[in-house]
Amino acid sequence: MTDSTQLAIAAEHLVRRFGHFTAVNDVSFHVEKGEIFGFLGPNGSGKTTVIKMLTGLLPLSGGDATVLGIDVRKDPETVRENIGYMSQNFSLYSDLTVTENLTFYGRIYGLANHVLRRRMEEIIQLNGLAPYLNRLAAQLSGGWKQRLALGCAMLHEPKLIFLDEPTAGIDPVARRQLWDLLFELSGHGITFFVTTHYMDEAERCGHVGYIYFGKIIADGTPDSLRALPDVQPAGTYRVEITTPQVTRALRFARTIPGVRSATIFGQSIHALINDDLDPEHLREHLLKHKIVVAEIRPLAPSLEDVFVELTYKHQAEIEAPRA
Amino acid sequence: MLNPFRGFVAVFYKEALHTRRDFGTLFFSLIIPLLQMFLLGFGIDTNIRQINTAVYNADGRRESRELLDRLRNSDTFHLVRYVETDRDLTDAIVSGQCRVGIKIPVDYSDKLLHQMSAQVLVLIDGSDSTVAGQAINVTTSIGLDESLRRALANSNSPLAVDMRPKLLFNPDSRSPNFFLPGLTAILLLNVTTFLTAFSIVREKERGTLEQLFVTPVRPMGLLLGKLLPYLIIGFFELCMILTFMRFVFRVPIHGSVLLLAILSLPYIFVSLSLGILISSKANSQAEAMQLAFLTILPSIFFSGYIFPRETMPKFFFVLSYFVPATYFIDITRGIILRGATLVHLWIDAAALFTIGALLLVIAARRFQNKVIMA
Repeated sequence: MTDSTQLAIAAEHLVRRFGHFTAVNDVSFHVEKGEIFGFLGPNGSGKTTVIKMLTGLLPLSGGDATVLGIDVRKDPETVRENIGYMSQNFSLYSDLTVTENLTFYGRIYGLANHVLRRRMEEIIQLNGLAPYLNRLAAQLSGGWKQRLALGCAMLHEPKLIFLDEPTAGIDPVARRQLWDLLFELSGHGITFFVTTHYMDEAERCGHVGYIYFGKIIADGTPDSLRALPDVQPAGTYRVEITTPQVTRALRFARTIPGVRSATIFGQSIHALINDDLDPEHLREHLLKHKIVVAEIRPLAPSLEDVFVELTYKHQAEIEAPRA
Repeated sequence: MLNPFRGFVAVFYKEALHTRRDFGTLFFSLIIPLLQMFLLGFGIDTNIRQINTAVYNADGRRESRELLDRLRNSDTFHLVRYVETDRDLTDAIVSGQCRVGIKIPVDYSDKLLHQMSAQVLVLIDGSDSTVAGQAINVTTSIGLDESLRRALANSNSPLAVDMRPKLLFNPDSRSPNFFLPGLTAILLLNVTTFLTAFSIVREKERGTLEQLFVTPVRPMGLLLGKLLPYLIIGFFELCMILTFMRFVFRVPIHGSVLLLAILSLPYIFVSLSLGILISSKANSQAEAMQLAFLTILPSIFFSGYIFPRETMPKFFFVLSYFVPATYFIDITRGIILRGATLVHLWIDAAALFTIGALLLVIAARRFQNKVIMA
């Protein structure tokens, strides 16, 4: 096991029950310092509950958590002093100016005046907030609100920042700029714990965890997840079938023996097929149904494929004992 | 080492900024109470005077005209219509033009002259019980007075029993003297409960509350930081109301203003705690508004502010002991009108302190469980 002082987060067998409902069920994962950890999962799967447990807001029903080397059970206050948190709605005071918002959060963390002044300058520089200092937060666009919120969350120089769906409802340009900023900060040794629904954002993370109904069903680098046997079973490979008639093609493709699964992606179909079915046979099968295939080429699984496969497998596991 | 009030100063300062920026809310929360005060102070007079009255004087001689003069001079009746038939007399009341109809029969003077009992019919519209009660009282006493005068006219003996009522503390029975001290309690409750409930629920709506919980701010620091600005506003409000009451409505303050100010603090704390309680339940400002009205209604109706508690049915009378405004209205009326001191009011003061402390603890606990850990 990795030395826990090297870890930003060590979650060991976390359990959280609400009455009879187990929201978080034996969740364990490690986040190393300086990583960008992407935490994914459908709504209601326990993402926010895990964040609340790690930030000491919700007592643990079971298990242990160490955040930045501090035991969350014993000292939630110190944990909160050392982490930053930005929620999905940016949590700014819309009737206060940019400066006032920053000052407020700085004071909340008890920064001395000269430290506060220095940090505000650094953050204004880093986030490019200079032109908006006297503007009310309400008058900022989504992207700027998000930068200000991030600024507020990092005034006290936290080594670990939790971002709860930081890009929900933000335009693509602002989204990309935020990620550039995250990479830059992570280069300075700051660890990020990011929840998101965007698969392309998950692909950018160095480390991804997927939680499904309170259980972690995937944990690793995007590449290691793609190579999982459940995602890429032995004796199978993935292809991308490009055709002008995707909808019709999908219907027939699923009936061809040797095709394990097929889904539409834009103008093509992504299929998982057995090794014994070669691409030319597949093309002929489809031609029998008068479907002309432009191209069939091998494909690595996307993270979405990974999560879909793992979810199916997990659902089967849940339902198997019931049957 | 852990400071349980951590973050208090930062939150207080921020809250003050909100208040300054949202000047409209502040202005209205200070002006509307004044407006209510003017409405109640100038608009409402509980003393029944000048009731519209119809008269059917079938007699018309000197004795009957003397009786009408006495009714007129009582200031209770305003003789507006003179009719000639029983039918018209009833009509005047049914149509709502008059509340009282008086019929002096044709043989009124004759009977008096022959030392017989003369009857006068008084028809009273019973739909407003206060008006009706006043009309009954005044007509009865004019009748008694008239009879006594005639009975004693021939003898020299004085009245056997002479009741001399004297109104203490409010000799002129002025309505503002009665209403305004009570109104102080209601207005204070209004402003402070609404303001705190709104200020917390607003942070819930924006999601900033959630953010604050992930910072080292302690719940007590957060709550007190949010309460204190409104405590100050509430106190300012109290001073304003008292000033207007004293100098515009000329309600004399017989007791110690300082004592009143000190005893208002636990009361303001009670209403602030109510605000926190509301905010722990409500998730939107609209919801908070409804709940706030729910808490304010009992304070208006069961506190003795409008209706005397002593005449309430047993159930509501007991209920009124659980309404904080009951005690504060006792205190304001006591100090302002009767010049009461702590010796007279210590029970009310103790009750307020107890309720205030209890509510604050309950509110803080509920806040912790329902809001922070939700």
